[in-house]
Amino acid sequence: MRMTAAKALVECLKREGVEVVFGYPGGAVLPLYDVLYDEKEIKHVLVRHEQGAAHAADGYARATGKVGVCIATSGPGATNLVTGITTAYMDSSPIVAITGQVRREILGKDSFQEADISGITMPITKHNYLVKDPDMLPYIVKEAFYIAKTGRPGPVLIDLPVDVQAAEIDYQPVEKVSLRSYRPVYEGNIKQVLKAVEAIKEAEKPVLFVGGGCINSGASEEVLILAERCQIPVVHSLMGKGTIPEEHPLSLGLLGMHGTVSANLAVSECDLLIAIGARFSDRSTGKVSTFATMAQVIHIDIDPAEIGKNVKAHIPIVGDAKRVLQQILAHIEPKEHPSWIKRVQEWKEKHPMKYREEGEVIKPQKVVEAIWHLTKGEAVIVTEVGQNQMWAAQFYKTKYPRQFITSGGLGTMGFGLPASIGVQIGCPDALVFDIAGDGSIQMNIQELATAVQQRLPIKIAILNNGYLGMVRQWQELFWRRRYSFVQITAPDFLLLAQAYGCRGIRVEKSSEIEEAIKKALEVKDRPCLIDFRIAPEEKVLPMVPAGGSIDKMLVD
Amino acid sequence: MRHTLSVSVENRPGVLARVAGLFKRRGFNIESLAVNITQDPTTSRMTIVVDGEEAMIEQIGKQLNKLIEVIKVADYTFTSTLERELALVKVEATPQTRREILDLTHIFRATVVDVAENSLIVEITGDVEKIDAFVNLVRPYGIKEIVRTGKIVMARGMQSL
Repeated sequence: MRMTAAKALVECLKREGVEVVFGYPGGAVLPLYDVLYDEKEIKHVLVRHEQGAAHAADGYARATGKVGVCIATSGPGATNLVTGITTAYMDSSPIVAITGQVRREILGKDSFQEADISGITMPITKHNYLVKDPDMLPYIVKEAFYIAKTGRPGPVLIDLPVDVQAAEIDYQPVEKVSLRSYRPVYEGNIKQVLKAVEAIKEAEKPVLFVGGGCINSGASEEVLILAERCQIPVVHSLMGKGTIPEEHPLSLGLLGMHGTVSANLAVSECDLLIAIGARFSDRSTGKVSTFATMAQVIHIDIDPAEIGKNVKAHIPIVGDAKRVLQQILAHIEPKEHPSWIKRVQEWKEKHPMKYREEGEVIKPQKVVEAIWHLTKGEAVIVTEVGQNQMWAAQFYKTKYPRQFITSGGLGTMGFGLPASIGVQIGCPDALVFDIAGDGSIQMNIQELATAVQQRLPIKIAILNNGYLGMVRQWQELFWRRRYSFVQITAPDFLLLAQAYGCRGIRVEKSSEIEEAIKKALEVKDRPCLIDFRIAPEEKVLPMVPAGGSIDKMLVD
Repeated sequence: MRHTLSVSVENRPGVLARVAGLFKRRGFNIESLAVNITQDPTTSRMTIVVDGEEAMIEQIGKQLNKLIEVIKVADYTFTSTLERELALVKVEATPQTRREILDLTHIFRATVVDVAENSLIVEITGDVEKIDAFVNLVRPYGIKEIVRTGKIVMARGMQSL
């Protein structure tokens, strides 16, 4: 059928099941926006800054498991996506970014709003395309979605010159992708699987370490079966949070820099570490040379490059977390290690996550706990980055995968609010809570306007301490309390909420926390922002100093 | 240790930039690189020489394989291969020294491809050591310019990438 490439692009998006795109129009995407103007099946969400579009698409992808799509114009529109794309890349989130580009004839001539976005995003995308032949567009879109969501998921960018969008092509739906150079392996090598089974059989002090790969592959059920059948305690990376319910007796919680004492000690003492879809980031391992030194390591990952990259794997298995676990489960007999479980439980009981109450001073941990109670542990938690993120990770005990959405790898401040928009649009019935800091929230505060325009009932809990708190904490602990440029002022968040058309609540006393949250939960037609004035110098603890051994934690 | 990687890639614009960029950002250093089209016009072959420890080379191979347009990566370091490099060497040559340079050229089975009043251009192919040896021998006459290609390798016998 004859149509413009822009029209064909939208047809392709529909064939991929795209229901929503997050974008911002501009000169180089006019042909595409002209098509979107009449489009009924795809909803367009207008953001206030392109970075917000990328994070929203990312949040949508993480919450739903579907591919998130964002659109920006050429030049500054495209470069504004960069932080969002990198965030998605570091956390293996499947998004497709579509950017406009100047027309082919003036490409490479420093034209108005020209930026070499395919060059710029080469190291931060799983793959990218600069489309020069309009006839190729349907194949490229098919490939882009296929690459984004298969294997280890990740962002793919399609750069589309404006004249390519306007060109007429003969559109035929593309049914199949065939890439000779890209064939992800899902099934584990059976010999390796049997070695892993043998190692699990023989282990006396095993630990399961689950990462974001378990969430991406939907391996929760299999992880839980393995843990229960063989009585193996489970620790998670930040990205693996939600793989199994955190209130499960076998869950030890977060591993690493701000992890639980029990998780860090268990990994340090275990004789078998079964890492699944986890990449042993420095935040999880601390000092690598002292990490899990007693353990044999089974490393299951869909990305062969992750195996042996940071920590040596004795039994590497390349494959999809869910699939490989099924293979393991087919061969594994029930097992018990009562003395190990007892030891681990003792750690857990002796060293719970804790904080000190101080009269009416608001403790951020208490705020997160209250949110947890009042949402019955059922909310989708999105976080910004810094102390707020760690308190959320430590004190909101998740039940389900895809319930905790955070920028783990890149640590992008300003992620939370726009990501919440994507989450809420992807899951309209979900209760979405953005746990924020006063620093982070200011990085993409403009997206309040987007949330208001879309009438999204997102709750934003600002843990407001007047500091860039995590940096302040490092300065306090490691830089002789020299608080260099971490005192940050903020607008009056109540007035700001009002100006944007949100509800705003301020809480200054500990005894008012619950009531404020309850009030926020009643707001259904717009965002509600709660400004919690928390203890200014509260620290995130436990803490393993950067590069230190994870069994040496600062606890008080 | 120095490793020789043979990499087959899609013959498309931008692939070289992807490969080169990957080496740069992962902190690997390319010592030499040769790339050209193969018997299959949709495929190019890169020969990359890189110095590093075993674990690093393994990581390079895996990272290369992750690039969508990389079809296959092989480490030919421990394979029986034929390796060739080509160099053009412009040597100063006076009527007195010309004869000696020509003799050296013949010994190395190299060819004189250009003769001017005061210089010669010698084309020499061989492994890296042979070319180094030739360059060292003609150095005393005065080298005006050397241009060398990256090394290319091919496995001996029936084996192919």
